[in-house]
Amino acid sequence: MPLKVDKNVCSGCGACITVCPYDAIKMEGGKAVIGEYCQLCQSCLSACAEGAIKEIAEGCEKGQADLSSYKGVWVFAEQRGGKVAPVAFELLGEGGKLARQRGVDLSAVLFGAAREDALELIRWGADKVYFCGDGIFKNFEDEPNARLLASLINEHRPEIVLAGATAIGRSFLPRVAARLKTGLTADCTALEIEPETGNLIQTRPAYGGNIMASILSPGTRPQMATVRPKVMKRGKRDDSRQGEIIEVSAGGLKCRTKVLASIRDEEGQMKVNLQEADVIVSGGRGLKGKEGFQMLSELAGLIGGAVGASRAAVDEGWIPYCHQVGQTGKTVAPKLYIACGISGAVQHLVGMQSSDVIVAINKNPEAPIFCVATYGIVGDLNEVVPLLIKKLKERKNGR
Amino acid sequence: MRIVVCIKQVPDTAEVKINRETGTLVREGVPSIINPYDMHAIEAALALRESLSGKVTAITMGPPQAEAALREAISMGVDDGLLVTGREFAGADTLATSRALSGAIKAAGADLIICGKQAIDGDTAQVGPEVAEFLDIPHVSYVRKIVEAGPGSIKVERLMDEGVDVVQAELPALITVVRELNTPRLPSLKGKMNAKKAEIKKLSASEIGLTPEVVGFNGSPTQVKKIFTPEPRCGRRVLEGGIEGQVEALIKELMEKKCL
Repeated sequence: MPLKVDKNVCSGCGACITVCPYDAIKMEGGKAVIGEYCQLCQSCLSACAEGAIKEIAEGCEKGQADLSSYKGVWVFAEQRGGKVAPVAFELLGEGGKLARQRGVDLSAVLFGAAREDALELIRWGADKVYFCGDGIFKNFEDEPNARLLASLINEHRPEIVLAGATAIGRSFLPRVAARLKTGLTADCTALEIEPETGNLIQTRPAYGGNIMASILSPGTRPQMATVRPKVMKRGKRDDSRQGEIIEVSAGGLKCRTKVLASIRDEEGQMKVNLQEADVIVSGGRGLKGKEGFQMLSELAGLIGGAVGASRAAVDEGWIPYCHQVGQTGKTVAPKLYIACGISGAVQHLVGMQSSDVIVAINKNPEAPIFCVATYGIVGDLNEVVPLLIKKLKERKNGR
Repeated sequence: MRIVVCIKQVPDTAEVKINRETGTLVREGVPSIINPYDMHAIEAALALRESLSGKVTAITMGPPQAEAALREAISMGVDDGLLVTGREFAGADTLATSRALSGAIKAAGADLIICGKQAIDGDTAQVGPEVAEFLDIPHVSYVRKIVEAGPGSIKVERLMDEGVDVVQAELPALITVVRELNTPRLPSLKGKMNAKKAEIKKLSASEIGLTPEVVGFNGSPTQVKKIFTPEPRCGRRVLEGGIEGQVEALIKELMEKKCL
């Protein structure tokens, strides 16, 4: 909402001017005045000790008149190469909680894959599955996914639509939101229902993870969000669960892109889907070369992990970009993140600091990586990692 | 080929610090930069112009000082800049931003629109695909390589979670690009001269055929309810002993936490 300074309360201290990133506040006659550069970022709100800056309700009431006609929670169950992505089951767990709170049904939407996969979604908590087995969904194309999902939403009017914040979800969900002229919040890490209004509170990191923002879409439906993989917990699988599968026809969907080839990198331990790995062993400049990553991949292989890297290591050409963790790479949150020879630049930290347990191995005791580490070992990784590998092997063989 | 690059002026988030006492962002003295991903979009557009000929226009929406970002783009070699600006655009979320940008792109005309994958302040990656939907054209996200372009279609490599797709799209189309695509060039001396004297065209909502109700805060379905700083991580356990002892202790702790 627009911001205004209460002139009777403003002390003229200038704190708001200092914090305004847009240089939008000026001092006039000893009082702060918010000018036309204001981008409503609200930085000044918390900076004002007097509480003189207030949000003012203004303008027309946004949105559609009849929000109450929207009912139900939907989960878009993404499939890749005919296999339902793990994030879909996590979303069914979270979506089920929201649906129970709202007293509504939980539905899944599955395009591509097989009917058996739709049954599996029911076992994981879906009451209904909107299923389209059309061949058009074999490869991922944005337009048919966006068009069919948008038309199903228009027809059945769910109040909440969730999808994974994956390459696929983050690419086509915005098209759905734009078609429906509704709100979409990217990359959420927490969802809850606001008790007074029933609105969905969608919390997500911004400014490279430096701040968290809670977002509402109070005037439009459905409320749409993409949710980070590995953040939500799965529910319980129940073999006896019954549900309804509703077959949907793809019927002449427009598609102006064509996937000519899919190259999948799945060579053994260099498996790359970092966002869904439970364990990540990551390396940085301290590895000194490609050989260092062979050592990390041995460690990763022992503990069932994937190999990650800092930007420095990728820039050196020691490992491909798809392994990069951080602001310009992937954001990950595994159960265990082992950082080897990574100093911990803020751009790296924002990509991994929500991991459950972080182990840092670094020569420099002052390295910032130790500030976010659960366990730190100060030492030469060429000594520590082989020792770790040796001891883990001994334990394995001992059992 | 007429190419439009959408850019955004952002605070350099690498420079943003948290005041641990007040829990607020310290943005004092934080420089404004062109969103780093957009630099790769600019480079891609300039490289295409060199091989295919044509014109490159940079478009941004923002407060008046965002003009600096357009001038920087021109210094790299972009032909001209359009600034979508006005009080009515303030407080825009991704939907309202996309609506405004698509209006400006329609006004400029384009065969290919190139955007950075996402902006480093919001990190949503939504504006590119939403612009494509407003323009009713196809899009391809996370492009790491342009294999061939025009006439009539573009062939690119798209980065997916588990590999790479080779995708062909009909033109006009929109692509969003990742930093693997190229290395942005530095401004030339001639470019800097051009940037200095270039006239930046400013567009208001009415000039791109939109009413104030559908842009900025009024046209944004999402609202920020609250901003807070994440809890700092705590509970760092110091491991005892020599390297061997520490490694032993680490394995024990990780087993107890069921991490191994």
